[in-house]
Amino acid sequence: MLEFMEGSHAVAEIVKRCRPQVIAAYPITPQTHIVEDLAQMVANCELDAEYITVESEFSALSACLGASAAGSRVYSATTSQGLALMFEVCFNVAGMRQPIVMTIANRSLGAPLSIWNDQQDSISLRDSGWLQFYAEDNQEAVDLHMIAYKVCEDHDILLPAFVCFDGFILSHTYEPVALPSQEEVDAYLPAFTPYQRLDAEKPLSFGMYATPEYYTEFRYETDQALYRAKESFIKAGREFGEQFGRDYSTLVEGYRLEDADTALVAMGSICGTVKDAIDEMRDAGKKVGLLKIRTYRPFPAPEIADALKGVSTVAVLDKNISLGGGGAVGTEVKAALYGSGAAVYDYIIALGGRDVRKRDIAAVVDLAEKGKGDMFYGLRTEVL
Amino acid sequence: MAEVEQGCELFSAGHRACGGCGPALAARLLLKATGKNVIIAASTGCMEVFSTPYPETAWGVPWIHSLFENVAAVASGIEASLKRQGRSEKVVCIAGDGATFDIGVLCISGAFERGHDITYICYDNEAYMNTGIQRSGATPYGASTTTSPAGKCSSGNLLPKKDMPGILAAHGAPYVATASIAYPNDFVQKVERAINTPGPCYIQVHTPCCTGWGFESGETLAMAKLAIDTGLWVNYEMVDGKVVKAKKVRRKPVEEYLAKQKRFRHLFKPARRDDVIANIQAVADANAERFGIDIKAKESSE
Amino acid sequence: MALRVGCAAPPGRALDNKTGAWRVFKPVFDPETCSRCGMCAMVCPEGCVHETEEGTFEPDLDYCKGCGICEEVCPKKSIRMEKEEK
Repeated sequence: MLEFMEGSHAVAEIVKRCRPQVIAAYPITPQTHIVEDLAQMVANCELDAEYITVESEFSALSACLGASAAGSRVYSATTSQGLALMFEVCFNVAGMRQPIVMTIANRSLGAPLSIWNDQQDSISLRDSGWLQFYAEDNQEAVDLHMIAYKVCEDHDILLPAFVCFDGFILSHTYEPVALPSQEEVDAYLPAFTPYQRLDAEKPLSFGMYATPEYYTEFRYETDQALYRAKESFIKAGREFGEQFGRDYSTLVEGYRLEDADTALVAMGSICGTVKDAIDEMRDAGKKVGLLKIRTYRPFPAPEIADALKGVSTVAVLDKNISLGGGGAVGTEVKAALYGSGAAVYDYIIALGGRDVRKRDIAAVVDLAEKGKGDMFYGLRTEVL
Repeated sequence: MAEVEQGCELFSAGHRACGGCGPALAARLLLKATGKNVIIAASTGCMEVFSTPYPETAWGVPWIHSLFENVAAVASGIEASLKRQGRSEKVVCIAGDGATFDIGVLCISGAFERGHDITYICYDNEAYMNTGIQRSGATPYGASTTTSPAGKCSSGNLLPKKDMPGILAAHGAPYVATASIAYPNDFVQKVERAINTPGPCYIQVHTPCCTGWGFESGETLAMAKLAIDTGLWVNYEMVDGKVVKAKKVRRKPVEEYLAKQKRFRHLFKPARRDDVIANIQAVADANAERFGIDIKAKESSE
Repeated sequence: MALRVGCAAPPGRALDNKTGAWRVFKPVFDPETCSRCGMCAMVCPEGCVHETEEGTFEPDLDYCKGCGICEEVCPKKSIRMEKEEK
């Protein structure tokens, strides 16, 4: 049954049904509605969890780390500056292999200060060892939380994950969403069984330091776990499809790509606009398609190369910029397509909440087909 | 010695602390006080590094290290998790003075204000020893460190030691105490009291560092005792924000303490700095006044 | 040995590191004058001074770093530091 609700509320509802035992979060726009909803659920005894009202995002994730190590399923949510403040803890959580799930209501990073959406925040944490899943709409955001817990807690994986959905564009938007019931979630996601935990009965030292004899191997093992997460995601996504009828058994998803000459590559809510634009371009006889990246980490390079076989022009939409180095997704897509013969162009677009319309997507396709790219799209040159 | 059980070493030999390390002794005594039913959260620092190079941990109880500045937040999460699971382990933080007085204050303030049932132990060796003896907020006035060096135009660290116990008492901590490895049983008893007091408790234990302060390794306890005997360190307890007990002494001049340590050598050579020594004496006098530690005529030591 | 996930380890392995090799001076305990107060065992930063069956004390020289704290605190002066012969 579809219910019409705000994205943040839908996320809070599914998080509740994933039964986190400890929640630690700090308010930051546009994440607030999620954590407010969860606090109310705890206050109403609808959710049996410890809710820690920490004094910063830095402490939020640190408390989650402690709670997870002590053997609880934990949850947090943040965005933008809050995620930046967690930078150090993020690397730590991944290296300590704690299966924490955190929602990112994607937002730009200052300066200049901007509360509006792009994906600079989570993408800036791409090297931290967190799995990163991007939702196109609120239904996918809901579903990815259940999948994320399943993948993270897989004893063969043991990694944390960001479930990313675009701030305001999704978080504050009302859409029809099918919310799995508590019984359905319980059937899909078993109770948390920690791989190892802080326990006086069985003492372990966690977070020891590694000398040069060991450090490389620990980094290698974490890297391998991220690659193994591909299979784990595919399996969890397939099982999800079997139970709920919405299939997530792929790391990338093609839209009208079959005979496409030109392909757009994008992540998150912009994919909805791109699909509409593609339908119009297709109606006008242009052979255009979309490749949506669902898992940015692990990066699905061979899957992208496979999906874009036969495409001659590729336009990557990057809602981020690695200043002085181009868009982050574009850089990796170019590497994935190296030697394929495809011309790959990158477009920095939709930063800091700048709207993207169907005609912008069509304009990007035109630019790519003319061989113009690796640029900011839609710069207001009149104010420069 | 009857109070402390001998034999069972939960903090094991083989750790890499310098010979004569005050913090290493504090770690041993801490675990004697807690016993096995504890989870230790440690900050980055000397103790963390000398006790846990993978896979050679010296800790016989569950132990976790995350970062330099977040130990109180990590402990908050552990405590919440144990509460949810109905488990009985005590949660104890152990962190150096840099982690406590400086970089970790945000997390500590949050954890104490929220009232988690944790005990936070600061082993205070009065500088960043792990990185090479740099000044911290716990470095006493007049000490030379590598970032507050004595020189032609400076007599070392000219800032006063921060009053962390007072700050945490002001957070509403039910039990705050200072201790010293010079009095091992007293430290052990304070830890026992703290872990059995519901709510966030704080103990700051003075742990001289022979390497950082510049004295012979065998003199670690003697130096800790001199700090108390001169009034530069006071062992006291605060219950619900009020000082209820302070160790009384027949005070010696601070010079006896200062002259034995390289970090204060510039106060004597090449020329005596009577002005700085007088200022340090004033710190001791103020401590004595505030805590009433002077043994007066006809009064015996408590 | 396979690495343990997350750089974690069970207790025990610190004992692999025999810190006795660092020693320059070694404590020599005289059981005759020992008052059995146990202060030496209490304050050893290594925890390597142990009680004997007779109730006196002796250091575990596999780990003793020779810091001399035991000598300093012994009220009976029954511990003396001797240059290590190597």
